[in-house]
Amino acid sequence: MSNELDYLSRRVALGKLSRRDFLGRAAALGVTTVFANSLLSSAALAEGPVKGGTLKAGMQGGASTDSLDPATWQSQVPYKFGRQWGEQLVEIQPDGKLNPKLATEWGSSDDAKVWTFKIRKGVQFHDGKEMTPDDVVATMERHSDANSKSGALGVMGGIESVKKDGDTVVFTLKEANADLPFLMDDYHLMIQPGGGKDKPTAGIGTGPYKVVTDEPGVRHIGTKFPNYWDGDKRGHAEQIEIIVINDATARTAALQSGQVHMINRVEPKIVDLVKRVPGVTIQNVAGKGHYVFIAHCNTAPFDNMDLRLALKYAMNREEMVKTILRGYGSVGNDTPINKAYPLFSDDIEQRKYDPDKAAFHYKKSGHDGAVLLRTSDVAFPGAIDAAQLYQQSAAKAGITIEVKREPGDGYWSQVWNKQPFSESYWGGRPTQDQMFSTAYYSKADWNDTRFFNEKFDKLLLQARGELDEAKRKAMYRDMNVIVRDEGGVIVPMFNDFIDATSKKVGGWVPDGNQEMSGGYALSRCWLIA
Amino acid sequence: MSTPVLKLVAQRIAMGVLLLLAVSVLIFVGTQILPGDVAQSILGQSATPQALENLRRDMGLNDPAYIRYFRWLGGILTGNLGTALSSGQDIATSLKDRLWNTLFLASAAAVVSVPLAIGLGLLAVRYRNGPVDKIISGLGLASTSLPEFFTGYLLIYFVAVQLQWFPSVSTVYEGMPFGERLSAIALPVTVLTLVVLAHMMRMTRAAILNVMQSAYIETAELKGLTPLQIITRHAFPNAIAPIVNVVMLNLAFLIVGVVVVEVIFVYPGMGQYLVDHVAKRDVPVVQACGLVFAAVYISLNIVADIVAIVSNPRLRHPK
Repeated sequence: MSNELDYLSRRVALGKLSRRDFLGRAAALGVTTVFANSLLSSAALAEGPVKGGTLKAGMQGGASTDSLDPATWQSQVPYKFGRQWGEQLVEIQPDGKLNPKLATEWGSSDDAKVWTFKIRKGVQFHDGKEMTPDDVVATMERHSDANSKSGALGVMGGIESVKKDGDTVVFTLKEANADLPFLMDDYHLMIQPGGGKDKPTAGIGTGPYKVVTDEPGVRHIGTKFPNYWDGDKRGHAEQIEIIVINDATARTAALQSGQVHMINRVEPKIVDLVKRVPGVTIQNVAGKGHYVFIAHCNTAPFDNMDLRLALKYAMNREEMVKTILRGYGSVGNDTPINKAYPLFSDDIEQRKYDPDKAAFHYKKSGHDGAVLLRTSDVAFPGAIDAAQLYQQSAAKAGITIEVKREPGDGYWSQVWNKQPFSESYWGGRPTQDQMFSTAYYSKADWNDTRFFNEKFDKLLLQARGELDEAKRKAMYRDMNVIVRDEGGVIVPMFNDFIDATSKKVGGWVPDGNQEMSGGYALSRCWLIA
Repeated sequence: MSTPVLKLVAQRIAMGVLLLLAVSVLIFVGTQILPGDVAQSILGQSATPQALENLRRDMGLNDPAYIRYFRWLGGILTGNLGTALSSGQDIATSLKDRLWNTLFLASAAAVVSVPLAIGLGLLAVRYRNGPVDKIISGLGLASTSLPEFFTGYLLIYFVAVQLQWFPSVSTVYEGMPFGERLSAIALPVTVLTLVVLAHMMRMTRAAILNVMQSAYIETAELKGLTPLQIITRHAFPNAIAPIVNVVMLNLAFLIVGVVVVEVIFVYPGMGQYLVDHVAKRDVPVVQACGLVFAAVYISLNIVADIVAIVSNPRLRHPK
């Protein structure tokens, strides 16, 4: 079968090309309708899960300093590997809803302050022991200990106590939080035997694959765990392997030469080239990650609301998406929230590039002289180019932007969250509450726009304790409007996650929660025989 | 072997040990003057003064610098390099694997490049100033002038992706069959060979040409020896010292300077290991790597010196 036909038939199977279009394109390639139809059915058949084989991923984001201790995970490789060998109480689905995982059901008291999780029975750890509510309590204790270095400490901060009650685990919170179950999806909160208190780096969990080789910064291998509780739903390949390939060119070459079956982080500027490689499918999905220009609302000259509005109107968002993301993304609306979040209101007016309005507000602000924007190539891919584009679109509104390029080493400690106007990125959070609490709440450590708004803070705390979804949605709408109109953040674009798979990979699920199919690519996908 | 040679060799070795000690002081001082101390890097931004104080006391960081230096040095001499801050693993254990991988890659590259370079150098002298010499020198210089990442990517594209002869990802691991291992490192070895080839080849050529001006070469010619015999029997042995020097320099480069090649081919060697730990400010690992690199450099240079001494007949047979 020619590569092109092969590719087209797989597109149909994935639902990305209609049957009629396929037959048309096949005819153009000189293939009869009968033969083309038979190709289609074999491609569709191949979409059923296939067992066995070794599924390999080449991934950016691993280093020899990585560890199997979930508390230490920061970068892509250790925690994407962790998603295969460990499991949390719940799991966020591609549609943003929660699925039960090691908890079968959950509920809260009327004031959303006490949450009860029923723990699944008959789940085995890789060492043969049964998972119990005690293990869950111990895990939560380890990650919420004030001396812990766990990356989940911030998430666990609002929890007062975690106690076992029969076959349930009860969380008592300091303040009401309707989103608590979402927090339990955090990748640090893998349930470990005894909470991992004795041996945090043992790499023993309840996931579909058990750890057999762990060479940090080189490769990680898991084999199928025969007693996995969720049976056939996850873990199709007999073995999975993550090879750490931090160099983008090497990663693409490894996919092309068939050494790996999937890769993460295809750079937008080479996507169109990779797409043309026979047998390679680009898997891009809209996510919650976004690039930001951040101005400190409490520092002159940015303490002037008109200047902030002028800077917002001077941003040409469409051009940014087209040039910086090569179309692999969507325009932002000066709030960190987009349609990928639950309880998002899509009726907020989209801010557009408007040099006249920008000039009007700029004049009204009374600001004189250039505005200094600090940037660096580590701020986000294409950050320098974005600063220059912004410089040009702002110039048309009569605003002079002076771009200062800072060294990448030290950008996050010396410039971001320190200097009044700079570029940065955010990876997004599972819920609106978490995103706002992390970076827009007046008391947040990472309030990188120095946004102190009483009304916003009040709404945030209110919404957190509100169990009525319609009311919460309305509150979040108000909060988004406040940030959009009064905040110091300019959000020109939300970037897609761009991964790529070879023709041997079946069962890819687009999942915008994280790259690599929400992090589950290796256990969701299978090798087409 | 006669006493003057032994004496000279012993001197060289003693000098090397002293030099290594001096380097260890430099490394220690260098990492001390970095802002923040080890306790701070372990605890990170959220460190409380009390926790910092406790950890400093536990780790003995409150002692004067010279005491800490000797404690560190004592640890190294007894094979205890300490534990990595970032992963809590024993440095000696993880470093050993990485060093072994690096030495494996370097020796494979040396096995290919050294005989090739010297052979080509001899050929160039034999046909000096002719087309063969010009072609050898030209190609050698061209391959050295191209940056490693460029030749690396070219090889990946043509040999790994198009022809699929060798893998582009050179991950090696313990228990890998030797044949597979060789196939995995074929491309990085090629790149490294191309990088170091010209330097050694040109030096061989220059050193031998220098000797070829001597009166005894003329005598050999008058005896009726063939040009190749003259080169291999009379010129080469007398040119060994400078050739060994440049060979050792290149071997040292193969061990301590291959981080770019390691990144491109995803080879788990020392360079990548060092860079990862520098990024995480993992000072004990950086110190250990620095010392290993210094030791490699110094010992290879000692070997070069010793070879030069031993190959010098005037030193071997004093009057």
